[in-house]
Amino acid sequence: MEICSMPVHILSDKIKNRELSSVEITRAVIDRIKKIDPKIQSYITVVEDEALKKSREIQNDIDAGKFLSPIGGIPVAVKDNICTRGIPTTCASKMLSNFIPPYDATVIKKLKEQKAIIAGKLNMDEFAMGGSTENSFFKKTKNPWNTSCVPGGSSGGAAASVAAGLIPFALGSDTGGSIRQPASFCGVVGLKPTYGAVSRYGLVAFASSLDQIGPLTKNVTDCAVVMNAIAGYDKMDSTSANIEYPDYTGFLTNNIKGMKIGVPKEYMTKGINEDVRKALENAAGVLESLGAECEEMSLQYTEYSIPAYYLISSAEASSNLARYDGVKYGYRASRYTDLIDLYRKTRSEGFGEEVKRRIMLGTYALSSGYYDAYYKKALQVRTIIMDDFNRAFDNYDAVIGPTAPTTAYKIGEKIDNPIEMYLGDIFTASVNIAGLPAVSVPCGFDGENMPIGMQIIAKPFDEGTLIKIGYAFEQNTDFANKYPELD
Amino acid sequence: MEYEIVIGLEIHSELATKSKIYCSCTTEFGGIPNTHCCPVCTGMPGVLPVLNKNVVEYAAKAGLAMNCKILDFSKQDRKNYFYPDLPKAYQVSQFDLPLCVKGYIDIDLNDKKKRVGITRIHIEEDAGKLIHDEWETGSLIDYNRCGVPLIEIVTEPDMRSAEDARVFMESVRSILKYTEVSDCKMQEGSLRADVNLSVRIAGEKELGTRTEMKNLNSIRSITRAIESEAKRQIDIIESGGSIEQETRRWDDEKGLSYSMRSKEEAHDYRYFPEPDLAPVIIDANWLDRIKSTLPELPDERKKRYIDQYKIPGYDAKIITASRETADFFEEAVGLSNNAKAVSNWIMGDLMNLMKNSECEEIPFSPSHLANLIKLIENGVISGKIAKTVFKKMFETADEPERIVEREGLKVVNDEGQLNNIVSAVVKSNPKSVEDYRNGKKKAIGFLVGQVMKETKGKADPQMVNKLLKDELES
Repeated sequence: MEICSMPVHILSDKIKNRELSSVEITRAVIDRIKKIDPKIQSYITVVEDEALKKSREIQNDIDAGKFLSPIGGIPVAVKDNICTRGIPTTCASKMLSNFIPPYDATVIKKLKEQKAIIAGKLNMDEFAMGGSTENSFFKKTKNPWNTSCVPGGSSGGAAASVAAGLIPFALGSDTGGSIRQPASFCGVVGLKPTYGAVSRYGLVAFASSLDQIGPLTKNVTDCAVVMNAIAGYDKMDSTSANIEYPDYTGFLTNNIKGMKIGVPKEYMTKGINEDVRKALENAAGVLESLGAECEEMSLQYTEYSIPAYYLISSAEASSNLARYDGVKYGYRASRYTDLIDLYRKTRSEGFGEEVKRRIMLGTYALSSGYYDAYYKKALQVRTIIMDDFNRAFDNYDAVIGPTAPTTAYKIGEKIDNPIEMYLGDIFTASVNIAGLPAVSVPCGFDGENMPIGMQIIAKPFDEGTLIKIGYAFEQNTDFANKYPELD
Repeated sequence: MEYEIVIGLEIHSELATKSKIYCSCTTEFGGIPNTHCCPVCTGMPGVLPVLNKNVVEYAAKAGLAMNCKILDFSKQDRKNYFYPDLPKAYQVSQFDLPLCVKGYIDIDLNDKKKRVGITRIHIEEDAGKLIHDEWETGSLIDYNRCGVPLIEIVTEPDMRSAEDARVFMESVRSILKYTEVSDCKMQEGSLRADVNLSVRIAGEKELGTRTEMKNLNSIRSITRAIESEAKRQIDIIESGGSIEQETRRWDDEKGLSYSMRSKEEAHDYRYFPEPDLAPVIIDANWLDRIKSTLPELPDERKKRYIDQYKIPGYDAKIITASRETADFFEEAVGLSNNAKAVSNWIMGDLMNLMKNSECEEIPFSPSHLANLIKLIENGVISGKIAKTVFKKMFETADEPERIVEREGLKVVNDEGQLNNIVSAVVKSNPKSVEDYRNGKKKAIGFLVGQVMKETKGKADPQMVNKLLKDELES
């Protein structure tokens, strides 16, 4: 097996057994980025020299017999909305194209403490708004399975880089499906943790009550390993949960006998792609064959999750993105007549179209006279959707369905139709609204050989169940071991 | 036509916490611009706020001292607007669920009590400061003040005159200083107010249209702004016009206000719950702990001083108006055991000297005053000389004994020394001596005065009297 197609847990073993050095792995990753990424366009920034320097330092530690974590010496790339000290953090926006944070996000601190090597920053939809990574100011990332298709989004660079062997693992962020949908489109594993399980400190906010950082990996084992590295309470994040966090690798048991799994009928009928529906039926069959009990059930408010999600997320975004005003950092219009003109020109020129659309939508939803009809109503719907899920988890250990209603579509196909693009979040957004954990695992391919993802949802802080089901499914199918042809 | 002025205040006060409301930066005033800040208080991308618990405690303490109900569940909200001194382009404040509600302060108006209702007190963050003057091509921003915790105290429209507002502001300041919630240094901007004012024909039930005047930085400018605005509104009504609901800016130098923005131009702040912060939950235990830190408040202290020290009500009110003065009083009484004397010194010489020198802190310690009183009681100096010593003490903060020693101010009560002076005075004033001996007993006063003059006022007057009588009648 090539170094670049090895999952994290195998690389880790090889580092421990001295079969591979951190320097060799980092070198191989950097070389492959240089060779393959011009085709995929998944990176905004590659930190070659610094990564190689770090890998030599860490290898010295390894050679000296120092303790190493399961991700020690292994390169990682992160979505470009996660702050990295001294490395540009652009959110794929012209607005922050020159922004270099003087601080690390908490997850970056954790990765560094555990001696992972930051190799670069990954492309995304501008400020994480979008589902195709076409809204990047810098470049359009291609789907490694078919470079005329989108990788999904907004963590499209993260999903594509992991799928294309351009990084052993990546961190993305998920506000309405931005980890899971690209994971599904690119055939990798992507987990959105429970709201509060991973610190948001240093994640450039899109919608504060929905955003979560999570891993994109080649398989479920790696997902558990990376969750161990990043989950946990952080006093810098007031929404972080101060609870005991388990060892997620303890759930890699390959035993799901007796588990009760709900399959919402709303997820299987609402205009979803036929190949996707079949793959999911097949997946449910696999789980049943492993001793789980799959049962059709209902999450009746599913269709309201899209309007609620777009109101809440846009309202929060309109406030979160107000700070980009050209006064303190980031882009500033070169010519302006007064303060108001400075604001207007900076924001008109610095933000892309989708970002401006959401800011306007959110501003409108919060305006006096409209607040009750839109924002407040959306919060009420949020409660109803949470209750809907709570009732489901009284009866089921987990709920499964397709991650997205379609597989990856062609670049440019939906860019002019935002509503159609928004509807792609139908199965993922409700999970953020309810603050639940969910994972997308590869579960098949469509007629065009594009990957299909299965979403597994569990109750708050029950990532263990996601890993348990995902791992058993992966061990008894072959989808995770397929790689796109790129060389 | 007789008019009634209706006034409500919104008072902003900086809290005296050591660190800012959402980060650990210092709240210290001044400092080189942009040195008291960090990624959190300057609103860098990706950072998150963490609420300083002391802010909640200080604000709740203010609420308790102003007879408010402290809500066990309150939340923080974002107030959205663009301005360069506000780096996040929103201010975290409290909208519909403030920390404290429904309180009041009883104010003393020439021995008439008046109750002013407190609608609410909420916590929020201060903004930075724009510096326009010293820069030709643009403005500079100092973010040091950004994130300094504030409380906003909103009153009911219960005040009816500039005097009401002045006394109310004094009471608020006194309470905030007593509770150590704020140091209330107005020139540093740690206490400022917006005035909501309307007028109506006396006896009307309906309130008139109100205007809001922003950012008044001293009690004097508040009273001036009220007088000016009331007159402006009455003039408009008298001349047949009507009042526009608007926000006005007070120019203290010119003594005039200007329209800032009309009702139509009012900001839509798009308040919504701050998603980065959890609700503020104050359970009974926490509230009890906060209650236990409440000191005796000015009103209670005043009553106790009248009872315990038997000083006049007026004196008690003045002394307890500031906590520093009251604490000084009590300590000096404790050391001297002479409440009457301490009170007299404070009410008279001290207040005068402080007023004339515009001094805000008493420059010497309570033990200085207690010692001065003992010097008088023990006959070491005369009451008249004591006034000189007091002034010196105020100017130099030296111990009174040292001043007396250094300046040679001790009472002269050496009989031999005084006898010589008395004899000399008798010799050189034969006219007065004759008058006395002829029965004009009053003439002794002149002679006493002469002896005092010779001794620069230091002679023990009783002894002088006795010695003079002996000499004249021998």
